[in-house]
Amino acid sequence: MVETNDPFVRFEDVQKSYDGETLVVKNLWLEIAKGEFLTLLGPSGSGKTTCLMMLAGFESPTHGQILLGRQSITHVPPHKRGIGMVFQNYALFPHMSVAENVGYPLKVRGVGKADMQARVQRALDMVELGHLGGRRPAQLSGGQQQRVALARALVFEPALVLLDEPLGALDKNLREQMQYELKHIHANLGVTMVYVTHDQTEALTMSDRIAVFDDGIIQQLDEPATLYEAPGNAFVAQFIGENNKLLGRVEAVDGPECAVRADSGDMIRATNVRTTGQGGRTLMSLRPERVSINPDPAQVPNVFDAEVLEVIYVGDHIRSRMRVCGHDDFIVKVPNWSGHVHLRPGERLQVGWYAEDCRALDA
Amino acid sequence: MATTPAAPPAAPPDDGVLRTNDGVPLKTTLARVNRRQKLVAVALVLPLLGFILVTFLAPIGMMLFRAVDNPVLQEQIPRTVALLDAEWDGASVPDEAVFATLAEEMIQQYEVREIAKVGTRLNYEQGGLRSLITKTARTIARRGEPPWRETFIAIDERWADPQTWGIIQQAAPRYTLSFFLAALDLRYDWQGDIVEQPEREQIYVFMFGRTLWISGLVTGLCLLLGFPVAYLLATLPMRQSNILMILVLLPFWTSLLVRTTSWIVLLQTEGVINDVLVWVGLVSDEGRIQMIYNQLGTIIAMTHILLPFMVLPIYSVMRTISPSHMRAARSLGATPARAFREVYVPQTMPGVGAGSILVFILSVGYYITPALVGGRTGQLISNFIAYHMQKSLNWGLAAALGTLLLVGVLLLYWLYNRLIGVEKMKFG
Repeated sequence: MVETNDPFVRFEDVQKSYDGETLVVKNLWLEIAKGEFLTLLGPSGSGKTTCLMMLAGFESPTHGQILLGRQSITHVPPHKRGIGMVFQNYALFPHMSVAENVGYPLKVRGVGKADMQARVQRALDMVELGHLGGRRPAQLSGGQQQRVALARALVFEPALVLLDEPLGALDKNLREQMQYELKHIHANLGVTMVYVTHDQTEALTMSDRIAVFDDGIIQQLDEPATLYEAPGNAFVAQFIGENNKLLGRVEAVDGPECAVRADSGDMIRATNVRTTGQGGRTLMSLRPERVSINPDPAQVPNVFDAEVLEVIYVGDHIRSRMRVCGHDDFIVKVPNWSGHVHLRPGERLQVGWYAEDCRALDA
Repeated sequence: MATTPAAPPAAPPDDGVLRTNDGVPLKTTLARVNRRQKLVAVALVLPLLGFILVTFLAPIGMMLFRAVDNPVLQEQIPRTVALLDAEWDGASVPDEAVFATLAEEMIQQYEVREIAKVGTRLNYEQGGLRSLITKTARTIARRGEPPWRETFIAIDERWADPQTWGIIQQAAPRYTLSFFLAALDLRYDWQGDIVEQPEREQIYVFMFGRTLWISGLVTGLCLLLGFPVAYLLATLPMRQSNILMILVLLPFWTSLLVRTTSWIVLLQTEGVINDVLVWVGLVSDEGRIQMIYNQLGTIIAMTHILLPFMVLPIYSVMRTISPSHMRAARSLGATPARAFREVYVPQTMPGVGAGSILVFILSVGYYITPALVGGRTGQLISNFIAYHMQKSLNWGLAAALGTLLLVGVLLLYWLYNRLIGVEKMKFG
């Protein structure tokens, strides 16, 4: 990530409403550094696409302003912003060949024919489609079409590229492959990319930073690892990755840790992230892969009895649903290595976890 | 290729033919399996095929046939015609034998009251011949006697003119092109050469020209008016576009006659528009504008009536154009106008093509509106076809005009296919 003191893109107190009754985007302050790969992640209707459209210029903020470099672009029409954009359904022009599509931004900029051909060829080569310039978009596969759309958004060398769920229509394998390619292109060209997706894996794989949106507000803006390891609130914990939820009341706060009386009566030691203090309700978040089976009680502070209810073979891990602390939807992931524990439904055993892996959040 | 199912399954011949496990070639088995489905499919479309055959293909075939069919003289005066062909030199007055044969046949036809047909048929070739035939037949049937040659010439001088006989000869063949020639303002002269009709009788080439011109103009106007409406229909929010759609479709639910006559109410000299113009003071009471019973009336009314045929195909195509295309074009640096011109409009072309060809073909054959509001200068070729069907009863000419119209439309369709491609056309 390239950090500079001067942000490249800046949302200043931006609000957006379509109907004058509800705010789709509430009080958005956001800074994007030059060269950064920032992902706007959130469920549909969370305001992330609206933010992207405001940045592209297709929607205008109801309040506040957007700065690109040091200039306000709030009232600049989209075609004068010089921002490249890739759409979910590719939006390739069906009546033009692939090369004409990629050449279109150069054509409207009045670039000479020879120069244009060379740049189109270079852009197509970059996405490994140099030999398909004469085809029509309809003759290409979905993945190829998305590469063309990417080449078209990059060919005029914009400093900022927006991507609106660009991989949503591709199948899983192709999507993963394209994620790496996009990442490499971003690293090679050094352009700033703002990426919208509702797929948390995609966001974690590609981003420098992720802004998690919900209800028109950025719930958390952090690097992927921080977001996953240390979700700031219950929404983020649930939205990013899988997650066991344990409800309880805080009995005592003890520095960075706290003791929580779960609703089943068990005492759980957890990391105090965002509780309301002693006596307050809390929701504890615990990743399924951080739970160990039959741990050493001397080292692990939280050890409880469990009953295996269901075992699912997933491939790279074995997934088991257990009854723990009164919850019968407690998920444990066991890595599939040669020495792993073999679980059977109905089996009774013990599970445990460290206090730092169990994060007490707002209820 | 062995197709017998008795072939031993163990050792199928190694001839490169794909076989099922019992040794029957794969194609044979597939055809057998599919045969039943095909029979059912054929049985299902059979009623429709029959209907189309009876109501569409057969009438068109009969029209094509009638345009060249010419039975009258062959049936009414067959021996005269044969004699003329065999013995007449084509330059002098025929001899007594021909006159005698004609007299005999004329009297015969006069008595069964069929002689008028001959007169009518000859009248198509040259005006005045009907009265000559009727007059001569009536006279000789009452008191005619040989020598026929002198009797005929005494009744009318024209029997001494080789031209009259030449015309009879030209009108005689069982199949003729003379109706097509007439439809193109041409005719056979009495010696069998193709010449132009006399200038004051030339009308059909001009009418074809006018029909094409008005159809083209109406198509252009429909496109001009329909394109923005279709764009609104495709882009407005559902509620508004539904209301607009009802307005577009309303003309479809109203009788053609009602729509046409309402234009009369609006456009006539004492009509609503003129009244308003006079009231506002834009025109004087004496200077009321003639907007109907002329070409202008035809153009206005036809444009209105055919507008939905332009709007609907364009709309159905526009609806499939993703709004993200325009956004993409603008994000790539195109101004809204340029994005519309270079990205949106080209994508509407299948609809524009379909709408245009639909409106044009309908206009070319339009009949009732020009008949009601066209006056003299707003008549189209179909009004003349109707005239010959109903008034002059010259069905041969009507059929020839209709055939030319059909050929013209097919030619246009072919041209359209060559230029744009019919498979790209979208009606909805």
